Amino acid sequence: MTTRQEWNKPLPTVVGETRPYWESCRRGELLIQRCDKCNEYQFYPRGICANCWSDDSIRWVQASGKGMVWTYTVTYQNRTPGFAEDVPYVLAVVELEEGVKMFTNIVDCNPREVTIGMPVEVTFVRANDQITVPYFKPVSQ
Amino acid sequence: MVDLKHGAAIVGIHEHVTRYAPDKSELQIQGESVIKALADAGLSKQDVGGLFTASSSIRNSGMNLADYLNMYPRYVDNTTVGGGSFEFHLSHALTAIAAGRIDVAVITYSSLARSGGVSVGTGGVGRYGHPRLDPSPDSFEELYGLTTVGLYAMIAQRHMHLYGTTSEQLAEVAVAMRKHASMNPEALFRDPVTVEDIVNSRMISSPLHLPDCCVITDGGGAVVVASPEVARNCRHTPVWVLGVGEAIAHQGAGKRDLMYIAAKQSHEPAFAMAGVTQKDIDMAMIYDSFTITVVETLEDLGFCEKGEGGQFVSGGRLQVDSEMSDKLPINTDGGGLSSNHPGMRGIFLLLEATRQLRHQFEGTPRQVPNCQVALCHGTGGSLGARHSGGTAILGRD
Repeated sequence: MTTRQEWNKPLPTVVGETRPYWESCRRGELLIQRCDKCNEYQFYPRGICANCWSDDSIRWVQASGKGMVWTYTVTYQNRTPGFAEDVPYVLAVVELEEGVKMFTNIVDCNPREVTIGMPVEVTFVRANDQITVPYFKPVSQ
Repeated sequence: MVDLKHGAAIVGIHEHVTRYAPDKSELQIQGESVIKALADAGLSKQDVGGLFTASSSIRNSGMNLADYLNMYPRYVDNTTVGGGSFEFHLSHALTAIAAGRIDVAVITYSSLARSGGVSVGTGGVGRYGHPRLDPSPDSFEELYGLTTVGLYAMIAQRHMHLYGTTSEQLAEVAVAMRKHASMNPEALFRDPVTVEDIVNSRMISSPLHLPDCCVITDGGGAVVVASPEVARNCRHTPVWVLGVGEAIAHQGAGKRDLMYIAAKQSHEPAFAMAGVTQKDIDMAMIYDSFTITVVETLEDLGFCEKGEGGQFVSGGRLQVDSEMSDKLPINTDGGGLSSNHPGMRGIFLLLEATRQLRHQFEGTPRQVPNCQVALCHGTGGSLGARHSGGTAILGRD
């Protein structure tokens, strides 16, 4: 896990239904949710099952942390502080092995080498004492 | 279900043609537009029962607008689902009128996006101006530097990957819009561009170049919708609401195929209500926030198969003066890509479709010959994340 100096990107707002996710990220683990009634995975985390609307059957499970780039874009313009200094950066949708898609950045690589279908794995960057952010990087050869 | 076809008509329109209005308030632009649209219809303040508006900047927009106009509407709707909100408003106004709740509705919108210096497409966090992220879904998105352009660009990237769509094909959309803008004296950009100009221009978010993205302007307008009884006594040929459909599409808890957009869901009820098919559409107003929006929308409205949108928009098919026998003129005002895009653009789709159905440009190149049926499809929010789709099919006697 790396620590980024002077974090100036936005930080998530953590509430009860999402706290286990952010706490697991702090430990360097990626947790996602699965419903014990309908067996569907879901992302982002919720206090209910978005598929069968059960409100008492959500279970946290550890994701493998591996997936593939479902789509991406190399961002050349974003004037917002925290991102303006990062361009060009790769905004992506990654599909996890468990079948759910999430937004992320593809890091630790040349942005121009990212392709759809590229295998990636999770990597964490510590923002502050409370928040650690999951990113994805190409699977090491 | 009650048959809503011909249940209401657009009887008055006004476009506030400003593209830059730093000395006006948004409510003033709406007020001026409402007054002129009612005059266009031959109706007055006392006739209006329903007030419909959406805003990204005015809190409680329905209340504040009623206050500014000093009117007491008995039916209020400020449904705000992004740029396509106004197709939703038309759908709701039709329902309210057909149910007998009101006889006349006014739909209005304005924005000072340009004079306010709003980075509509490339702002990161604060895309919606909120200092604190919502716990979900913002907190799982904004920390990655999402931009509006980026969300559409990711759809364009996958469209190219799956179907072989090219940057040149996307550029064809922008070229057609610029051609139409050259026929519209009010359009922001009127100088011709070529496919080569566009594919060689600055990349904003790959694969979208600057001219693949809509302009940012000020502006506004108003639409007056009335019952058939009122419509027959108004100043212009009624533009009938033949069919409407609305839909929301989103990430589906991480499981949805984001390549299918809300138009896929909203167009079927609209065509069924109208009793027409894609072949009956003489011209279409397709929300063009980005060139990829048009390609995806035409596919999911059923004008071509999924994946064939790039080919469909090529060869000048979208241009009003195309020689193709199966052409589909779209956005004859120059669209969001060249004419105007004040934050949300859905109301301008209704305005231009009405002008075309009134044959207002008869004798000029901008007029779609013998225009009898037009389709408007508004997309709001962001493809690739949450977005809305509102389809409205309009026609004349």
